[in-house]
Amino acid sequence: MAANTGILRRPLAPVGIWAWMTTVDHKRIAVLYGVTAFFFFLLGGMEALVMRVQLASAESTLVSAATFNAMFTMHGTTMVFMVVMPAGAAFFNFLVPLMIGARDVAFPRLNAFSYWLFLFGALFMNFSFFMNAFPDIGWFGYAPLTSNEFTISNATDYWVLGLLVMGVGTTAAGFNFVVTILNMRAPGMTLMRMPVFVWMTLIVAFLIIFAFPPLTIALAFLTFDRFFDTNFFVDIGAGSDPLLWQHLFWIFGHPEVYILILPAMGIVSDVLPTFTRKPLFGYSMIVFAGVVIAFLGFGVWAHHMFTTGLGPWANAAFSATTMAIAVPTGVKIFNWLATLYGGSITFKTPMLFALGFISMFMLGGLSGIMHAVTAVDSQQQDTYFIVAHFHYVLFGGAIFGINSGIYYWFPKITGKMLSEPLGKVHFWLMLIGFNLTFMPMHILGVIGMPRRIYTYAEDMGFEFLNQIVSAGAFIIALSVIIFIINVVRSVRQGEPAGDNPWEAATLEWSISSPPHHYNFAVVPTVRSQYPLWDENANVVLPPALPAHDEPVMPDPSYWPIVVAFSITMVAGGLIIWQGHAIAGLTVIASMGLLGMRAIYGWVLEPMEDEAHVSVHH
Amino acid sequence: MWAFLGSDVLFFGTLIATHLVYRGQSVSGPTENILDIPITSISTFVLLMSSLAMVLALSGLQRGKMGEARFWLAATALLGSVFIGFQMYEFAEFANEGLTPRTNLFGSTFLIMTGFHGTHVAIGILWLWSLFFATFNGKIHQGNSLEVEIAGLYWHFVDIVWIVIFGVVYLVGAYGAEEHVEEAGHAAAAIFGIG
Ligand code: HEM
Ligand SMILES: [Cu+2]
Repeated sequence: MAANTGILRRPLAPVGIWAWMTTVDHKRIAVLYGVTAFFFFLLGGMEALVMRVQLASAESTLVSAATFNAMFTMHGTTMVFMVVMPAGAAFFNFLVPLMIGARDVAFPRLNAFSYWLFLFGALFMNFSFFMNAFPDIGWFGYAPLTSNEFTISNATDYWVLGLLVMGVGTTAAGFNFVVTILNMRAPGMTLMRMPVFVWMTLIVAFLIIFAFPPLTIALAFLTFDRFFDTNFFVDIGAGSDPLLWQHLFWIFGHPEVYILILPAMGIVSDVLPTFTRKPLFGYSMIVFAGVVIAFLGFGVWAHHMFTTGLGPWANAAFSATTMAIAVPTGVKIFNWLATLYGGSITFKTPMLFALGFISMFMLGGLSGIMHAVTAVDSQQQDTYFIVAHFHYVLFGGAIFGINSGIYYWFPKITGKMLSEPLGKVHFWLMLIGFNLTFMPMHILGVIGMPRRIYTYAEDMGFEFLNQIVSAGAFIIALSVIIFIINVVRSVRQGEPAGDNPWEAATLEWSISSPPHHYNFAVVPTVRSQYPLWDENANVVLPPALPAHDEPVMPDPSYWPIVVAFSITMVAGGLIIWQGHAIAGLTVIASMGLLGMRAIYGWVLEPMEDEAHVSVHH
Repeated sequence: MWAFLGSDVLFFGTLIATHLVYRGQSVSGPTENILDIPITSISTFVLLMSSLAMVLALSGLQRGKMGEARFWLAATALLGSVFIGFQMYEFAEFANEGLTPRTNLFGSTFLIMTGFHGTHVAIGILWLWSLFFATFNGKIHQGNSLEVEIAGLYWHFVDIVWIVIFGVVYLVGAYGAEEHVEEAGHAAAAIFGIG
């Protein structure tokens, strides 16, 4: 039996661009996710700066209202779907197998497939820029703005299809991590011995597989509305109701905010013990609070719709659930504070970012509880107060947490240390810039500046605070430049990290930095929550295996990227179809066939190439 | 697989919920009175029988009786195809009577929901034939009957979803149970401010 299921040879060389395109190694996929997310972070940041320059002075004419709409839409969509989510995925990928003592995820090729769908979907959506059809409907794409009547260009088509493509990849990743965490743990790694980060990943994976279906269906309805003239959201005369979109979107949307924040919570929960030199306070409480958040997260969506006239009963009920969800969140914060209490704290950069996370996220949570009250929210809805709130949770929370994780695990990923002085400059600049940018927005909101306006009159009294905000934004940009310098410097000439530079306690620190492609020379047996701190449960692994003893790992495969490509091109074919029916159908049919062929190639291809296996047996 | 099915429940849940919320909101064109209960009862029965065939296929394989396994695998796939045939006939009839996805809300929600289900069945059929042929080149055998078991799980799931659709959409749609369902539906819709 030939092991080759395609026309091309299976690429087995470990280096070169082809190796990266066909890799199924979770560590490499993690790096791909991370680098891509950072690229989109710069892009989304640029879009933000355009907005901030425009708003820095009253009655500015730098960009048109239409451009401004496109900027906030793509800024929001990019930051949520192309930055914070994939950054989370980067950490899941790198850390979960290492933390649970596994050699890879459960479905390595599916894992690669998820990444490529994410990348292609994101590129697809941004490609609209070059077609002069940049989406401009807001990141939550409310009906009826998305209808054919109100979006005449293809802008909304790129948005809805791009999200669908990315969503398929994300859902697949959700399954992958549920199965990995439940089935691939090393002996002795019971659920309650898993690092909190792994727990949060498990919860996020469940959130993904339950929250993405409503979004996918809503997007599918919208696709039908736009391409085949159905009437799900558009035509009130035909009996449809634009509020249906809001319900479906927010049933997804609120769990989504926990998909964004829980990874950061996990990161911080693992960073704190290392730099306080004591175990996390209330481990099981933190885990349990995460589970409760996940359940409640599905019952609060209508707090995004308080002002749509749902009626007093619905408003009261959703107010109550929203306040309730703050309780488990508060529980976590108290546990983190209790971890700090009495610890011997060292203020290394990862720790600084973790502390930044706790304090900034708490401020965001506090403003969140404020608009949990319907009456208050009717004042704040659609003002800059809301913008302040979700930036404190998303930037102050998620981005600070992610930065903490980057500084903490960079040595493990690359084998090099990042510079501490530069890291500290990065942190302080970012903290100051962040607060200059977003703190005044609270006031702006309260004095009545609406969100999503492209300019304001001089006598409204908004100008001074807006100038501070814009200045803050550039300080954040500066801090990001310092970060880039730090990374480049470190990759070139950073100090070697050694296996465990922070003297941390979890399994990933027991192996070399960077890890071998097979991770663990022998699969460890775990007897403690903190295996490297626990004298009598310590894990000591042989450093490396001689080549002929290396475990057989799944070989690279080009099928995932081919399937992902064909799916994205089918979406492209739909757009072409609107202008040129024949050309569009040709693309759809040929790409559909390619996709089918590739799926069979993938299913029939054995995990390990024959050429490889025979070396070992 | 269980995780996948759990997630798929949400897919169908959203579709069926949308259909129910929009029930009675169509302003023109044919709606539920167009449904043909006798014909659909037959196709529902066919699909149920295919689940039985699936059980027999798995049991054959587990006992190492390859002939039986092949026969019942093929039978499952064929019964599934008959079901799809019925559905295509139904859609064609509807189109004749002037109901397409763009006619009205009933058309949109009903056809996309059942179409999504039909796609699931079609994928299942492809999967079953792939397993069928894999029994000949030795890729599927008694030792890895789990492969067939998983396909079976999927098949039964798709079958159950159909029972729900048949009950909630066809039977309730055609015969009513009106007062109760409608009331509950409107109460729910009122709470969420829809309709
Ligand atoms: C203590 C927990 C939280 C509470 C009580 C809360 C409450 C709320 C409420 C009531 C709104 C709706 C405001 C309106 O549109 O008028 C809102 C908006 C928002 N929240 Fe939160 N929130 C919390 C945590 C989070 C977290 C953790 C995130 C993300 C990481 C987040 C991200 C957002 C976003 C993005 C919006 C704006 C959505 C939009 O564009 O309308 N929130 N929050
Ligand atoms: Cu929310």
